Amino acid sequence: MSAAAASLDAPEVAIARDLVRRSLLVAPVFLLVGVVLDGVGGIVSSGLALALVSFNFFLGAKIISRALAISLNTLYGAVLFGYLIRLGLMAVAVLIVRNADWFATVPFAITLLITHLGLLIWETKHVSASLAFPGLMPNKPSTDNFQE
Amino acid sequence: MLNVLAETATGEMLEGLKAIGAGLGYGLAAIGPGIGIGTVVGNAISSMARQPESAGMVRTTMFLGIAFTEALALIGFVVFILLMP
Repeated sequence: MSAAAASLDAPEVAIARDLVRRSLLVAPVFLLVGVVLDGVGGIVSSGLALALVSFNFFLGAKIISRALAISLNTLYGAVLFGYLIRLGLMAVAVLIVRNADWFATVPFAITLLITHLGLLIWETKHVSASLAFPGLMPNKPSTDNFQE
Repeated sequence: MLNVLAETATGEMLEGLKAIGAGLGYGLAAIGPGIGIGTVVGNAISSMARQPESAGMVRTTMFLGIAFTEALALIGFVVFILLMP
């Protein structure tokens, strides 16, 4: 199996993809909050926060899956330096747009924090239901072939 | 001393102090999650080395653990944005 194929099937990449999908589901709510708080600037700021959260999850997952394809030792270094790089990228992204006329701090901050934590709690609930308690797994397959 | 500084500080000095505070706050807020992520990943590596067959579940839990720990750094990041002049 190639590194790219292994990366595609990696559990963390699947979780990140799921988180991004869920962030698209909740995006209208946060965009609405943004427009209520600060008009068009609020929408763009909330959208930027959503994009940053999704990018952060996806980049983190990619870094982990790539590093695991190499070795466990690489994973340790990659995760820690990846953490620094991701924080730095987020800081740079915000510092670039911070002085723009349209940038609204409050919608951005609210969206960033609530989306990050909310999506994680949502995903953890889903993962717990499907890993720890297979009987509670959403979209449970048919039990027609079940034999006692 | 803070009172003296506040009374004598000009606008520029206040802006500078705010920027220093924001940077320090962000840096300090990143220390805890850094330690936490190190612990999470260290234990995950240990688990995967002991039981390679459970690697899938460990990786899932590890990724979620890292993301939860990062939320602390994000709070520091938000404070940084709010404090930056």
